[in-house]
Amino acid sequence: MPDAPGLELIRGEIEGDHPGAVLATSFDRDQPALVVDPAQILAVLGWLRDAPGQGYRFLSSLHAADYLPAEPRFAVHYELLNRDRVERLRVKALLADPAAGPDSPPADGQLPEIDSCVELFPTANFQEREVYDFFGIVFRGHPDLTRILMPDDYVGWPQRRDFPVGGEPVTFTYNERNYG
Amino acid sequence: MEVERQSLRGKQLRARDMLRGDLEGEELERYIEEKVVMTNFEKMLGWARSNSMFPLTFGLACCAIEAPISIVTARYDLARFGAEALRASPRQADMTILSGRVSIKMAPVVRRLYDQMLEPKWAISMGACSSSGGMFSNYAVVQGADKFMPIDLHIPGCPPRPEAVLYGFTKLQRKIQGNPDQGWRQRYDASGSEEWARGGPRSEPSPEAAAAYEQARGLIRA
Amino acid sequence: MAEAALDTQTELMTINIGPHHPATHGVLRLVVDLEGEVVRDLKPVIGYVHTGIEKSCEDKSYWKVIPFVERMDYVSYFFQMEAFCGAVERLVDLEIPPRARYLRTIFLELNRIHSHLVWLGTTALDLGAISMLWYCFRERDRILDLFEMACGQRMHTRYFQVGGVIEDIPLGFEAKLREFIAEMPVRVGQYEDLLDRNEVFLSRTKGVGIVPRERLLELGVTGPLLRAAGEPWDLRKAFDYLAYPEMDFKIPVGTVGDGYDRYRVRVAEMVESVRIVEQALDGLPDGPFIADDRKYVLPPRSELSTSMESLIHHFKLVTEGYRVEAGEVYYSIESPRGELGCFVLADGSAKPARVHFRDPSFVNLQAFKDMSVGTYVADMIASLGMLDPILGGVDR
Repeated sequence: MPDAPGLELIRGEIEGDHPGAVLATSFDRDQPALVVDPAQILAVLGWLRDAPGQGYRFLSSLHAADYLPAEPRFAVHYELLNRDRVERLRVKALLADPAAGPDSPPADGQLPEIDSCVELFPTANFQEREVYDFFGIVFRGHPDLTRILMPDDYVGWPQRRDFPVGGEPVTFTYNERNYG
Repeated sequence: MEVERQSLRGKQLRARDMLRGDLEGEELERYIEEKVVMTNFEKMLGWARSNSMFPLTFGLACCAIEAPISIVTARYDLARFGAEALRASPRQADMTILSGRVSIKMAPVVRRLYDQMLEPKWAISMGACSSSGGMFSNYAVVQGADKFMPIDLHIPGCPPRPEAVLYGFTKLQRKIQGNPDQGWRQRYDASGSEEWARGGPRSEPSPEAAAAYEQARGLIRA
Repeated sequence: MAEAALDTQTELMTINIGPHHPATHGVLRLVVDLEGEVVRDLKPVIGYVHTGIEKSCEDKSYWKVIPFVERMDYVSYFFQMEAFCGAVERLVDLEIPPRARYLRTIFLELNRIHSHLVWLGTTALDLGAISMLWYCFRERDRILDLFEMACGQRMHTRYFQVGGVIEDIPLGFEAKLREFIAEMPVRVGQYEDLLDRNEVFLSRTKGVGIVPRERLLELGVTGPLLRAAGEPWDLRKAFDYLAYPEMDFKIPVGTVGDGYDRYRVRVAEMVESVRIVEQALDGLPDGPFIADDRKYVLPPRSELSTSMESLIHHFKLVTEGYRVEAGEVYYSIESPRGELGCFVLADGSAKPARVHFRDPSFVNLQAFKDMSVGTYVADMIASLGMLDPILGGVDR
């Protein structure tokens, strides 16, 4: 992995080309991560992939996490891998939930949006669909953004933290009979 | 019932009487009982059906590796029960083993496949996930295939060993032959907690069992 | 009337294959546009065995997550356990003892052989070489006997825990494993004899499903599919984890990337795995099989009756579980199908806030369209076999 000073160097170089793109860096448990402004995510990913000396051409994984109750709530993670130097780098884009508010039910068009990186990394196709399916994050420019694992007519974004796990409680007749 | 042991000479004399038409009444009946296997049509049908089942190749998830794949292999041979002809088409199959978790997307497909099977048909729910949702008590798994289709036999386990599946299979065979086996309930005299199979000659519950069942039902519904 | 004859050459027919179909490896549904027998477009529809495992894991303490994640890719269950346990070990910065590393390596490689045997049996069945199923599953049953001996269960053994393995291997395990090691290469030789020069098998796999290497890398494909196309990328060699740095093994790499190469790569991997198991068994160090840190690892049961502190640790670990400081980690290993990555987000409580698995079958499935468009339907089925998707991992 690029070590901590290497990470700062990368940040500096990105800042040179795309000012304001990198919001923060973190080097937690030997894993470098760049927190990036979602509006410039394609620029950063493209730079990491194509800039000479960087070469993070393999997208290992694209997934999202819900940091509720922290704000901004959603983060889309891009795990990049440089196979020549065998180095991993994580890029995080934090998205706020536009539907959040004291009394706003999520309506259509109130989903967090970010640009799709399918052009840069075709492997993101299914993975972005999965993120959309489970978190409701819309990837602008994705060729076919539909639900992939849940049934097509499912309502709700299952892996958000405020979505209930579901299932049924087990009814034990002994408990019901004796303890009401 | 005691069988009279007859000497060879006695048998020859009886055979001679039979040929002459001299055996009558009770002697004739006993002679025929000893010589001819008598059964009623139901039993024979049950015996034939249970020993030549055509399972549907239907694997959903992990249990699919244990059955249908592992029980047809040489160690846990399903062929010795007559059920080696696994059919891919539900129209040609008469038993389906639901091996694996039934997700909400798959449930209508399973139901449709079950509907496409022709009568008589049986369904075995193999493993904890298809019997009751298993360890996955969440939004995506149907909590037991019982919720949308009739299941004749549940096999517990996660995944059940192939031997357990075969034991369940023999129980299904007994059930088809009209002799549903209540198993451990009889052994441990767990009266008052039985649930009974519907139909068949010995399927009437005892009055205590019926009362207990109604009471339990009432509690769950309330 | 007669003038309105259909131009049957260019009309596309859309057929639906699955989700219940004898030739799919699990409940995969394919919507295929056919022109005659040639596949023009292919859309995989998945989700039929989606179990919500990732969401369920958020509701369980860390050690209860282990049986859940095992059941994703249900043929290579040890790998999922290793991915999750390894990720949590990185989160809590826990070092596992050398014996545990070697034991984990042994079981992982046995699971790799098991997964390839299941693949070989079912794929040969799909292609028509039906008797391979019985031979492969005969060996598979021997591996499962070994698992049962050490872990208590044939599949989904819950053997790896955070900090090491749950129990040491029993007496007699080593002898039985050595028997297996001695016999396995002979059996693999038998499989090769059956299939390697079989004309039908060759004509069904040679030149079928070729995708160029760069395209595979773009699509994120890893594992034997990538290695068959000529790219020597294997996470066991690239990243040092467990006991792999101390093992001497080769990575089989193909040339063309067709079905035959994929078959050869996997069969060669089986032989290499046997070598790894043998080396790990020879070099198995003595010592504890699980880490000593009582904050994360259950104390041995013999201590529970004598030490009050052990009892308290045990109680805490079993009821609430250990708390992990906030942080996130992504840890990936080489599973039989490719890069299996586990992302764990901890928020300071005893339950993970997010567990996500980057499953190799899910990502490799994107290459299926590239492999099949322009080929015949029968070639598509052969490619599907060689792709080796396990739908439990695809759908999670």
